[in-house]
Amino acid sequence: MDFDALTLSRLQFALTVMFHYLFPPLTIGLGGLMVSLEAMYLKTGDRQYEQAARFWTKIFAVNFAMGVATGIVMEFQFGTNWSTYSRFVGDVFGSALAAEGIFAFFLESGFLAVLVFGWDRVSPKMHFFAACMVALGAVFSSIWIVVANSWQQTPAGFHLVGEGTAMRAEITDFWAMVFNPSSVHRLLHVLIGCYILAAFFVMSISAYYLLRGRHVDFAKKSFGSALILATGMSLAALVQGDIQARKLKDTQPAKLAAMEAHFHTGTGGTPLYVFGLPDEEKQTVKYGLAIPKLLSLLVHGNTREPVAGLDRIPRSDWPPVAMTFHSFHLMVGLGFFFIAVSLLACFLWWRGTLFQTRWLLWVFVWSIPLPYLANQLGWVAAEVGRQPWVVYGLMRTTDGVSKVVSAPQTLGSIILFSLIYALLFAVFLYVLNDKIQHGPDPVTPGRPGGDAGPGGLAAVTGLRAGTGGASLTMPGDGPAPADSQSSN
Amino acid sequence: MDLNLFWFVLLGVLLAGYAILDGFDLGVGILHPFVRTDAERRILMNSIGPLWDGNEVWLVTFGGALFAAFPEVYATVFSGFYTPFMALLFALIFRAVSMEFRSKRESPAWRRFWDWSFFGGSALATFLFGVAVGNAMQGMPIGPDREFQGGTLDLVRPYPLLIGALAVATFALHGSLYLHLKTEGELQQRVHRWNWRAFGIFLVLYLFVTIYTLVQIPLATRNFERQPWVWIVVALNILAVGNIPRAIYRGRPLAAFFSSCATIAALTFFFGVALFPELVHSSLNPAWSLDVYNAASSQKTLAIMRNIAFLGMPFVLAYTAVIFWVFRGKVKIGHFSY
Repeated sequence: MDFDALTLSRLQFALTVMFHYLFPPLTIGLGGLMVSLEAMYLKTGDRQYEQAARFWTKIFAVNFAMGVATGIVMEFQFGTNWSTYSRFVGDVFGSALAAEGIFAFFLESGFLAVLVFGWDRVSPKMHFFAACMVALGAVFSSIWIVVANSWQQTPAGFHLVGEGTAMRAEITDFWAMVFNPSSVHRLLHVLIGCYILAAFFVMSISAYYLLRGRHVDFAKKSFGSALILATGMSLAALVQGDIQARKLKDTQPAKLAAMEAHFHTGTGGTPLYVFGLPDEEKQTVKYGLAIPKLLSLLVHGNTREPVAGLDRIPRSDWPPVAMTFHSFHLMVGLGFFFIAVSLLACFLWWRGTLFQTRWLLWVFVWSIPLPYLANQLGWVAAEVGRQPWVVYGLMRTTDGVSKVVSAPQTLGSIILFSLIYALLFAVFLYVLNDKIQHGPDPVTPGRPGGDAGPGGLAAVTGLRAGTGGASLTMPGDGPAPADSQSSN
Repeated sequence: MDLNLFWFVLLGVLLAGYAILDGFDLGVGILHPFVRTDAERRILMNSIGPLWDGNEVWLVTFGGALFAAFPEVYATVFSGFYTPFMALLFALIFRAVSMEFRSKRESPAWRRFWDWSFFGGSALATFLFGVAVGNAMQGMPIGPDREFQGGTLDLVRPYPLLIGALAVATFALHGSLYLHLKTEGELQQRVHRWNWRAFGIFLVLYLFVTIYTLVQIPLATRNFERQPWVWIVVALNILAVGNIPRAIYRGRPLAAFFSSCATIAALTFFFGVALFPELVHSSLNPAWSLDVYNAASSQKTLAIMRNIAFLGMPFVLAYTAVIFWVFRGKVKIGHFSY
């Protein structure tokens, strides 16, 4: 590989966007969970819901800070590394980013302050309202970003103006741009992915508490509601993913063919490879297991009509087949795994033995990287499958890079990003682990000591965020924290 | 109304909003090393804790609006300023997470590390904003293809560096006036002394920059002759600057803070007046400059974006007001603090 400014800029974009996307899915998913917990608290007055909401809010806040810090990089990077692309799409793409800023970010970050710092400054109703606004802001944000990205996949509502290097896309129909052929499907898929991730995140931590015998009531409540969400959403992903893949045959046939490593159109029903090693040179799939006619059945709804293969696409317009194929297949495989473990857990829950089935709880504890992986792989399939285009059919990725940025400059920033992100990730995991080890603050009197113990960080000052001893609603009641809590 | 002009003004409003709001929290970061005890450092961080994130959104929105309204400017400046912008990103990242992580552990070494990264990030980001403004004021080597024709070192010139220093002094003053509102007791008395010192440094740099600009930067003053009404803002600016020491002396910290808000707004206004109608001035050939017409998006997009702004900005102002109201008053370190 030639490490020119183009390759390095692509590498940097992949690195920074993948690192960034570790955080937003949890923000979106946990946002919904906090709203439902606070709604239950308002409805029932049960302090356990409030306790749970407080705990997940702390996790949410750490995650959100990482998302903001790494998100600014994304907005700057279109201009720094992809300025030719920015000139070409600014009229269309810039609008979506600006709308995200005005509609989503202000809402999210403003009310996040109330959510995190406002427990004892505003009424529970106002706090619930803030939770709703933060969750809504996170969804708005995903809408505009997916709209912008979907326009790159299936451009619509624009016309081209100018010649040669001065050519650019201009909006002709704003709503056609927003509701371009892929935006709604892709948005749904992204949101489903976020909710699966958040549900497995919550189940992982809750299962850990159950296995350790800590915060048992809290853990059962959290696990149960997350399990319902996980089951519903992983089944939804299957149905919705199928609809979305079927759309691809019309909108991005090259991507569909690459995802399935389908080289030759042939005649009759097209088989579907469950796994295999695509060989782009020889245009075959090695060591593959294929189910006859299945791809035709999924795409066309019959077993006779062939699906268009890569042979219908000019060789210069092929996406990298192996990477698209593997990332897509691995994502689908993980999706089936999520369905399987969720349904199994639901069955055992119904039988009343779920919380005694320790091996399954351990599976949930260790499953936490998998939904992250699935979300990342989905984006890899989507973005690599769009290549060699940065805007499908309109602009090649090779033409979008900044002209004045040199390879050494980009190499320097990649090295710095790598170092900083590695440090941040280590610190993030450390802080997250600290919060998980500490667990939720107790609701009932007489338990604070037991809860603060495992984290090894007893309340030295009584002030430190997250220590067990201090009162939640009356700071300064120091000497008798447990009593002050029970009086609420 | 001329849409291009409207977007120039709106970008100015977003920039001024950003400088005023993030200005005080960057200023608190710059002053952070001047308090010694852990409790005081936590007070400083928590004075901006609930607010900095929302303040920074003004920058993000400014970036998005620049991309949407003047994509050529966004592309030229962001790629031309590659290395300083990367440094700015690192500064902002470190600043954001150092607040989040600092107080999560008791270890003094841990806290010292994040304290310095909080200070370093705040000071570096502020300085780089100033350098960017200075370079825009002085003009940059922009070629006929609208690309920056120089190296990173071409951006390191006396005038931009001076503006960088002025930015640091301005935000330090602004931050110290904000801290006066948020602190009490002995710490507040020390902050009160900082107010005077920060004002002194600001005043010296402010006068020096004014003279330097008048003598050395002919671009900056051309519009003053064409549009005499801007002298009204000059007069208001002088009044605002003059009111800062008056209000500090009379023990009216809120008036002092609002005066420094007005000063920052006026400085941003002068920046806009110096540029208009250009956004990026080419020092190679004035005809190659990017202005509000030749670097803009289509009229249709500018109109759509105007509607989005009209729809969204009232909400933005309302949230900002609500958040500042909820978190009014002195800093109290409590259960939910950093």
